[in-house]
Amino acid sequence: MSDLKQLPLHALHAAHGAKFVPFAGYDMPVQYAAGVMTEHKHTRDKAGLFDVSHMGQVLLPPSADAALETLVPVDVIGLKEGRQRYGLFTSPAGGVLDDLMIARRAGDLFLVVNAARRAHDIAHLQKAIDGVEEVTDRALLALQGPAAEAALSRLLPEVAAMRFMDVAELGWRGMALWVSRSGYTGEDGFEISVPAAAAEDVAAELLAMEDVLPIGLGARDSLRLEAGLHLYGQDLAEDISPIEAGLTWAINKVRRKGGAREGGFPGADRILTEMDTGAPRRRVGLRPEGRAPMRAGVPLFDAPEGGAQVGLVTSGGFGPSIGAPIAMGLVDSAVAPDATLYGEVRGKRLPGAQTGLPFYKPTYKR
Amino acid sequence: MKYTEEHEWLRAEGDTVTVGITEHAATQLGDVVFVELPEAGTTVAKDDEIVVIESVKAASDIMAPIDGEIVEVNDALADNPGLVNEDPLGEAWFFKVKASDPSQMDDYMDEDAYNELIG
Repeated sequence: MSDLKQLPLHALHAAHGAKFVPFAGYDMPVQYAAGVMTEHKHTRDKAGLFDVSHMGQVLLPPSADAALETLVPVDVIGLKEGRQRYGLFTSPAGGVLDDLMIARRAGDLFLVVNAARRAHDIAHLQKAIDGVEEVTDRALLALQGPAAEAALSRLLPEVAAMRFMDVAELGWRGMALWVSRSGYTGEDGFEISVPAAAAEDVAAELLAMEDVLPIGLGARDSLRLEAGLHLYGQDLAEDISPIEAGLTWAINKVRRKGGAREGGFPGADRILTEMDTGAPRRRVGLRPEGRAPMRAGVPLFDAPEGGAQVGLVTSGGFGPSIGAPIAMGLVDSAVAPDATLYGEVRGKRLPGAQTGLPFYKPTYKR
Repeated sequence: MKYTEEHEWLRAEGDTVTVGITEHAATQLGDVVFVELPEAGTTVAKDDEIVVIESVKAASDIMAPIDGEIVEVNDALADNPGLVNEDPLGEAWFFKVKASDPSQMDDYMDEDAYNELIG
């Protein structure tokens, strides 16, 4: 009927009442019986288990660090063993081709890339690096929330000692689990790369714990939006520079002007110049008045009538932990930071106040 | 009670028809976070899109099932859109419309036919 691929845990999702939607070529659980709102709040209060096996897992030889630096504005050479860093593949025009995680382990560099960009990213890596190996026999789970440490410790006691962005290879029933203390919800938590054959056992052990519920893509999106985290294809794209997207922090010091390995990544001229002189657009948080959500693509104007379009919403919806609609967008840098913006929803201009990001302050264990 | 293929329920009292959405529709929509209602006094034609419902997932519309005039709307939904999930067949009615042609109600399904539709 369709060419959708199934996740290793498909049967487990179905058994928990999942509703499936197609996403990045996979039949993905968008929600379970509890529903998006409950799943979101449960992740903030206790712990949520996400199946993110659709994401790409890639191994590079440890010597590829310098070559990887030609693709990302990240200090890979200086990344210590057992640590992970957020990164971006930049384009020659200074846009973003994808965002990713880069971990240095004892014998390799381990990357996690977005599902929809996996094929692109692997081809992109292979042009610059020898020995790129896609990992196809492992599932990827994320356990997120204040109870995540206690829950995962029951399987892997070592995780309690890990800090935010630490990575470790830990043994469980004779198998190697690759664990990082990270995630994409704004909560403390872990991502766990598991041999596909053992994924169901790990997930079932965690879901048997009272504090752990399965969480679908719907809540994953509202959690990351509240935490001010970017979704590639919406808040990040080839025509958005990292400076415009508010990701200056992800350009590490040694790769900036005056750094020991200044530039040397695609689009460095534009990106490093924008760091000095400013970018044409900037990322903003937006709190729409009233209850109507402003979703991705809603145009933003500088006046309730007439005026000019000054930007657009890149991600928006309802923030269950905020109890109100929230959005992020890109606006012309000339727009005053305290100006009210007007999103056009179904032909009506609705006011919204610009706010700082994130909407929900992350609770990472630093 | 009558039902539309768009998963609305219609309850007629004389010429006035109260309109809501079915439990099946509320479940499919997911958690409702915003409802926009028409104003009382508005004249509507069958199939006009007159209510907007936004859930955590997406926006959808409710259409006027018959020609007539909106005589009352349920303002409680503006402050508490979650009522649509909690009590779709009761407290979460959307509007009451005074039919200008009550025979239009004959087009709609009874409960057995609707249950067959949603299988």
